[in-house]
Amino acid sequence: MSLTRIYGLFLRHFYLITRSFPRILDLVYWPSIQITLWGFISNFFASHTTYYNNAVGVILTCAILYDFLFRTSIGFNMLFLEEIWSRNFTNLFIAPMRIGEILTSLVITALIRSLIGLVPAILLTSPLFGISILDLGIFLFFLFLSLYIFGITLGILVSSGLLRFGPSFENIAWSTMFLLAPFGCIYYPIETLPEIFQKIAYVLPLVYIFEEARNILINQTVNIENVYYAFMWNAFYFSLSIALFYYSFNAAKNKGTLINMGE
Amino acid sequence: MKNLIEVKNIKKNYGKKEAVKGISFNVEEDEILGLLGPNGSGKTTTIGMLLGLLKPTSGQIYINNLKLEENRIEILEMINFISPYIELPKKLTVKQNLYVYSKLYKVQNIKERIEYLSEKLRIGELLNSITGELSSGQKNRVSLAKALVNEPKVLLLDEPTASLDPEVGDFVRTFLEEYKKEKKISILLASHNMNEVTRLCKSVLMMKNGEIIDKGKPEDLITKHGRANLEEVFLKLSRSKSEFN
Repeated sequence: MSLTRIYGLFLRHFYLITRSFPRILDLVYWPSIQITLWGFISNFFASHTTYYNNAVGVILTCAILYDFLFRTSIGFNMLFLEEIWSRNFTNLFIAPMRIGEILTSLVITALIRSLIGLVPAILLTSPLFGISILDLGIFLFFLFLSLYIFGITLGILVSSGLLRFGPSFENIAWSTMFLLAPFGCIYYPIETLPEIFQKIAYVLPLVYIFEEARNILINQTVNIENVYYAFMWNAFYFSLSIALFYYSFNAAKNKGTLINMGE
Repeated sequence: MKNLIEVKNIKKNYGKKEAVKGISFNVEEDEILGLLGPNGSGKTTTIGMLLGLLKPTSGQIYINNLKLEENRIEILEMINFISPYIELPKKLTVKQNLYVYSKLYKVQNIKERIEYLSEKLRIGELLNSITGELSSGQKNRVSLAKALVNEPKVLLLDEPTASLDPEVGDFVRTFLEEYKKEKKISILLASHNMNEVTRLCKSVLMMKNGEIIDKGKPEDLITKHGRANLEEVFLKLSRSKSEFN
């Protein structure tokens, strides 16, 4: 692993972000809009249901957590797609970079992109709604970490598809998070889902993360098992995504996708 | 002379389709070898295999005596590529692009390297310009600078002067001639510009349907086929099915 190369590729994306105001605006705009919108919904439910009476910030906190996941995953895919759109893909893959170096650089850049969007959103919730996501305490770090790993995992899985199938796989990049959202139990307890959907939800880390966020905020208790299961499933899917990326890279070399990607 | 590129009986199949049918050739240091052939003859596939972007179905490729299959990173550090079909990130300045690629290739004296290439390729005034806003000729020289940023021993060129005006085209060809002579590098040049090939290449390979159908010095091929120039030789070989297939 070469820090110089990782830094080099990071710079390539950092320059792109800092040179484009619409890109910075895009990073900040959507999370802020989402949080504002869900803040009002959250306030509405707090005054109309007994479930949320004692925890006004539950929905808003879950919205922030979900948005972080969404931004991380889409952010990773965007970095990969940028190379295809700018027809720079071949240049990157003929540079002496190991797959591990490419992935590490993209993972770091995706984190910075997500944080650029997340920080203003968190700062907005306190003055607008009197809610602080920091109420989750030290476990907030573990929940964010877990979401970040899963977001990156989804990003690597989609990028594997892009490598294997080319730019036509692009639409999948946009829809992954929407497809998974119902199973994530982001805004409702898992019992809300039909039994067959619950079985699917239980093999995803999302359900444990959001159940634990609600548990901390509503019941003021910590169920360490949820954190443990989230990390366990994350480890499984992350390993799977890395293996699939290597497989897709080799498949692309056989099929010729790498040389035609920019055309 | 030492062979910097050695290609030994490489084949590439896409399913049942044979894109490259067991070709072999060498490129010596301080040599420019021309790779000619009509569209679909296997030139791009061959270059893709040399760059490690495509895995040969069989056969071996050696760059500077290192087997590509087992030394991909070491080999990529000493080669580079330019093609009109790939571009540098458009939103970055020329300097940022050259800096990023210097990092990817772990260039030691980046500032000096960029200054050297800027002077040689006359892109000094473009360093702070946005890459996407450059003219074709300017982009071509910037891409060439990127391709030389790691001081490659082997340079693969796919239509390096396509879409350039005659003045810029001539500047690029002169630069390549001088740079090759100075640095003793090997260049594999795929081009449809027969004047360019005649001027630059010591010898050429003619490809068709994934095979090498003829090879030799440009002047020898012209004499052998009884034509006035290389373009006529190319047309003869491209059109003549029965003779070579």
